[in-house]
Amino acid sequence: MPKVKPHRTSPSLDMTPMVDLAFLLVTFFMLTTKFAPEEVVMVDTPSSTSDLKLPDTNLITISVDKDGKTYFALDSEPAKVLMLEKVGAKYGVSFTPQQKKRFGQMTSFGVPIQQLGSLLDRDKEEVKKVQQPGIPTDSTNNQIIDWVIQGRAANQQLFRKPVYIAIKGDNNADVPTVRKLIKYMQDKDINRFNLITDLEMKPKTVAGN
Amino acid sequence: MSEIQQKADSGGKGGKKRAKKMSTKIDMTPMVDLAFLLLTFFMLTTTFNKPNVMQVTMPVKPKDGDPPSEIKSSNAMTVILGETNKVYYYEGLLADDVKPELKVTNYAATGIRKVLLDRMRANPNTVVLIKPARKSVYKNMVDILDEMNITNQKKYALVDIAPADTVLISKSGL
Repeated sequence: MPKVKPHRTSPSLDMTPMVDLAFLLVTFFMLTTKFAPEEVVMVDTPSSTSDLKLPDTNLITISVDKDGKTYFALDSEPAKVLMLEKVGAKYGVSFTPQQKKRFGQMTSFGVPIQQLGSLLDRDKEEVKKVQQPGIPTDSTNNQIIDWVIQGRAANQQLFRKPVYIAIKGDNNADVPTVRKLIKYMQDKDINRFNLITDLEMKPKTVAGN
Repeated sequence: MSEIQQKADSGGKGGKKRAKKMSTKIDMTPMVDLAFLLLTFFMLTTTFNKPNVMQVTMPVKPKDGDPPSEIKSSNAMTVILGETNKVYYYEGLLADDVKPELKVTNYAATGIRKVLLDRMRANPNTVVLIKPARKSVYKNMVDILDEMNITNQKKYALVDIAPADTVLISKSGL
């Protein structure tokens, strides 16, 4: 037996750099992740093979639920407040600073503007329980287009960027409602829409291509 | 950590001292497990968070005085989205004196997709007119627009359903 022991390498390896890197990445992803905002309504979107991604800023989302009710959302807070003031002025409804602040924090809403004030007076938790009737879209009381126009103008004014208009329809929403919305916007010279869908695998082979 | 451990090992001269010494090495495995779990979670949520969109560009509203765009009947193909996921289609345009043969199919790969591909092969200038019926659901509309993308059909239009189309469907009994 030799007197000098051969230098045995320890079987445990230095994990420090790996752990460092792992935590660095964890921190990065934690800070960059933005959780999906809570929606007032559950919308089950259809799937398509399109792989374009939805932009997350400068975005107006119009949701249509399965009963054909319409909801509106704009992503930026200051633009929302500006939009609220403008639409409020048009319909002769004014809001308190407190209500405006609440509106800025709300993700999407679906009430006629006349009822918006009382909705904004409620607590955040209470708002979730309220059944929102949807924004009126009749040709006689067409509030949705005012929100779109003013939202677009407000965003343009504040950020100087064009707005994407996304339509988030439920699987079972009826086409006439969606067509009506598109038609209203076409009347206002908005011609490009993004239909929000889930991803579906592309068919492997398309015969004839 | 392993360095410290080694030093502790080689530094001990006798067996007496070693027993007292506490190991400076902490078992990091649970922490690392957790770190990687979180890492995977956040990585996956960030990538799949964004919904997909299908871009639709509608034609610009025609100005007053612009002639309405005409489609040759030989190039036209009408697809009507019916209720309960049925798709009706006929070739050509509907007129008072022309009653094209109405056929019915579904949204499966062997259904409307095959019809569209066959039609395109026969006539590359085909323009598809998509007419959603009153009872059709939004999913049908997205599906058919998706079929347009899949089959590479570039010319299509979303059109309102005409009363004549409704009559044709109810008469055919399909």
